Amino acid sequence: MAVTLEKIPGQEERVILSMGPQHPSTHGVLRLVLELEGETVVRALFDIGYLHTGFEKSFEALTYSQGITLTDRMDYLAPLSNNLGFCLAIEKLLGLEVPPRAQWTRVLLTELTRIQSHLVWLGTHALELGAMSVFLYCFREREDILRIFELVSGQRMMTSYFRVGGLALEPPLGWLRRVEKFVEMFPPRLEEYEGLLTRNPIWLKRTVGVGHISTEDAVALSLSGPSLRASGVKWDIRKAEPYSSYDKFQFNVPTRPEGDVYARYLVRMDEMRESLKIVRQAMEGMPGGPIKANAPHFVLPDRESMKTSIEALIYHFKLVTEGFHPPVGEVYQTIESPRGEIGFYIVSDGSPKPYRCHVRAPSFANLQTLLKIVEGHLLADVVACIASLDTVLGEVDR
Amino acid sequence: MGNILKEITNSATALAKGFSITFKTMLRPTVTENYPHQPPTFEDRYRGLHVLRRDENGLEKCVACFLCAAACPSNCIYIEAAENTAAHRISAAERYAKVYNIDYNRCIFCGYCVEACPCDAITHGHGFEISAYDTNALIYRKEQLLEPLPASAKK
Repeated sequence: MAVTLEKIPGQEERVILSMGPQHPSTHGVLRLVLELEGETVVRALFDIGYLHTGFEKSFEALTYSQGITLTDRMDYLAPLSNNLGFCLAIEKLLGLEVPPRAQWTRVLLTELTRIQSHLVWLGTHALELGAMSVFLYCFREREDILRIFELVSGQRMMTSYFRVGGLALEPPLGWLRRVEKFVEMFPPRLEEYEGLLTRNPIWLKRTVGVGHISTEDAVALSLSGPSLRASGVKWDIRKAEPYSSYDKFQFNVPTRPEGDVYARYLVRMDEMRESLKIVRQAMEGMPGGPIKANAPHFVLPDRESMKTSIEALIYHFKLVTEGFHPPVGEVYQTIESPRGEIGFYIVSDGSPKPYRCHVRAPSFANLQTLLKIVEGHLLADVVACIASLDTVLGEVDR
Repeated sequence: MGNILKEITNSATALAKGFSITFKTMLRPTVTENYPHQPPTFEDRYRGLHVLRRDENGLEKCVACFLCAAACPSNCIYIEAAENTAAHRISAAERYAKVYNIDYNRCIFCGYCVEACPCDAITHGHGFEISAYDTNALIYRKEQLLEPLPASAKK
């Protein structure tokens, strides 16, 4: 049933406006129902589910390693972060130790994912507030990162590159040189975006003081990620519960006390710089060694031994046709995705397919704050508020 | 009065800075690929349309072991196996794929089939222009997927 707002008796002159689901500024198929007093939003409701894909149910029909392909498609702007969260959850269930080189590569690639996801956010955010060139510049740089993903995994967006116990493929020779080229090129470009926006009077008028959310409300509504840090809470899973060797990297967690759209913008801009720092550290400290854990019952053998050893070939056949049998139990693993705290809750009944897989999607939780944020604002600012939360509807309606 | 003047100068400097950036960018070389007027470029690993490989004698590498079909998360591979005979030899091993269909309505180009194949028979090519008006046309047969016979095997 469609979501509607009833008019309050005595307030019949207020207009009820349906915004979306095809509105270009709602970042996907989000429908908002707004009650307007003149141009001011008095009440708001949202209607989600237009992009419902049934991913959580689909997980139950696929083996653990096949499920990785679904995680790509939930949050299509941060496929590698989702791959990582899902793989880490299964590795926790199996008690697998991932070799350092795989961990470092994972960190490097997820930080690049964070940068490219923030670039899409920045580009679309600026576009919606009328700055067309920022959008084009952001997508130019994003393309460089996507080419690195294509170089490494074979696909720009639907990478499915992380596997249970390590990586799918040996990264190609010379790929770090490509990353290095990007890392060198990017900081001046970041300065350019800042030059276009940070002091721009139009940008300031549209963002400063708009879409304010207090620290208490942000925590109460379980906001996470950069949006939470822009409300003054220093909470980052990479620091709070380090995974994949994040404790071995030096970086800061940028926060802002203001809690408005401008603060969320500044936090994400600083985050890109911090991510770049991590990428640089991962590149310089990249250890040697294998890219997969030595666990023949769970991890596919490498192609060399699969072709030369009959034992490896048997494991290969068994793993591909049947999958692996994890111990009975349940596991929850969160990671810091570009949008916030993404968690995978997996229940295993000992069969090769998960009994249940629930995703704690940051976009879904962050979107709940939108109703609070837009209240009392002008209709035109609703667009800025939606953009500043950086939700991906594919993840909301998974 | 001082505030207004300050605002005007601040705005003017910010705008001048912004426009200097766009102007500088105007003079940079373009990065746009001119697809479809020029062919797009891909990295080596790009996962495009599948190619079924042949060995050096022109025989098909696929031995119909069904691993790719089992690995596929979207169930888009359909295989019917048949026995090779001395008179009718298609692959070097015992069996060959009589029917090998990939349903590109369902394929998600995840590369699991390529990873699963123990004979390197299925690989990803760089083809990508497969849009069609008819879903039936998207079910590719073995003949469409096989790479052409090598020159050395042609008689």
